[in-house]
Amino acid sequence: MNLEPAIAIHDLCFTAKDRTILHNLNGVFYKGKITTLVGPSGAGKTTLLKICNGLLAPSSGDILIDRQPIEEYEPTSLRRKVGIALQSAPILRCSVHENLALPRTLQGKQLTEEEAAAVLENVQLDSSFLHREAEELSGGQKQRLSIARTLINQSDILLLDEITSALDPSSAKEIEELILKINRKYGVTIIWITHNLQQARRVSDFTWILQNGKLLASGNASILENSEIPAVQQFLNGGAQ
Amino acid sequence: MTYGTLSLTLIFIFIPFLLSKSLKLSLEKDITIATVRSVIQLLAIGYVLHFIFGTDNYVYILLMILLMITVATLNARKKGVGIPGITWKIAITLLTVELVTQGVLLGLGIVPATAQYIIPISGMMIGNAMVLSVLFLNRFRAELEANENEIELILSLGGTPKQAVHRHLMSAIKASMIPTIEAQKTIGLVQLPGMMSGQIIGGADPIQAVQFQILIIFALLTCATLASVILGFLVYPTLFNERMQRIAVLRK
Repeated sequence: MNLEPAIAIHDLCFTAKDRTILHNLNGVFYKGKITTLVGPSGAGKTTLLKICNGLLAPSSGDILIDRQPIEEYEPTSLRRKVGIALQSAPILRCSVHENLALPRTLQGKQLTEEEAAAVLENVQLDSSFLHREAEELSGGQKQRLSIARTLINQSDILLLDEITSALDPSSAKEIEELILKINRKYGVTIIWITHNLQQARRVSDFTWILQNGKLLASGNASILENSEIPAVQQFLNGGAQ
Repeated sequence: MTYGTLSLTLIFIFIPFLLSKSLKLSLEKDITIATVRSVIQLLAIGYVLHFIFGTDNYVYILLMILLMITVATLNARKKGVGIPGITWKIAITLLTVELVTQGVLLGLGIVPATAQYIIPISGMMIGNAMVLSVLFLNRFRAELEANENEIELILSLGGTPKQAVHRHLMSAIKASMIPTIEAQKTIGLVQLPGMMSGQIIGGADPIQAVQFQILIIFALLTCATLASVILGFLVYPTLFNERMQRIAVLRK
């Protein structure tokens, strides 16, 4: 198997308000693969994604995106290349179409109704939603809209922060299938935070287990089945947190 | 008015003092400090102005204006803790307001270039700009805190800091200007402005007092707009670093 690095991380540390959130992380997210990040709350998973998207600067260490140091990218280009769907991302008080068009609006471009409808269809929302007020959508529909909005930038790398946490099991499964389709069809690299170990087992090519800002283990999805590392065993036996 | 007669007005201090004590508002100390400070400051400035008006020397006028800007800056900057270079940003804002308003008033010969006109008008402009700066910083902080996730969303999608804060910046600028505009709408109907009242009590012709008041309220509108716009556009870029990452938050 010929694996190319999409993101390579060397000795990454992140400290905020005298608290160390990431400790000397080292590892690689492979191009065209789905890597899940699992671990208890406060493990530093979201911080790691925000650093990869350029929202946060590491305190020390290096990150290479497509073998190029992250700081050599112009910030707005980096954020379009490495898209992120954050759990905390709000839906703006405007129509579904305007929400979807936001990434284009920021570049001074437009999103046609046809393009918007096609993206909505990808997240199982039909075009009748386009002119509805986004605030009126249900929690699950808002989550789908948030994912669709991230897809507009057609990023090479997608960072997903618990994007199915607000969805019922069947909707979550549909979103999983959508992400798998984007990954397989367009070769998009996916880095996906999930608290659902079943989901991680279903979608992962690779997985990282993080705890207290440290990488406990990384490898293919089989490490979620059995591990010789006691801390990993303890986490896996504890189930999803 | 004699000092003896003036001392009778201390009744206006005792009323809030007694109410604060009986209602346990714990404002007695603040009321006492405010009273003592205002008496000392106003008497001192009375003697300083008496001296400056007597000499009509431009150096003293300039020093007086610089003192006003310095004190106003030091007061307003407390609301901008956490913003890099906030002291200079407020000082530049107040200085620009002063230069523009006095530039028009003196440059077009609207008021005579004497200490008697320059200093009181400067005081009103700088004081108003200081209040506007505080209102703006308070509102901008509240806007940023309430919309942190939206700002992060826009940045994460490839937006610039300006795009991320634009709506909140405009909202803060607008909100800080509203009191000035609203006060202007009801002026003369609800309240007679302090300067105009002072002139009338001092024996000036009411029509002439009104003319000066119109001049002042027009200038205050420019003052309010300039103060919030200049401070806003000086402040927002310093909330981000060159990598377009948030580096500071406004604190109370």
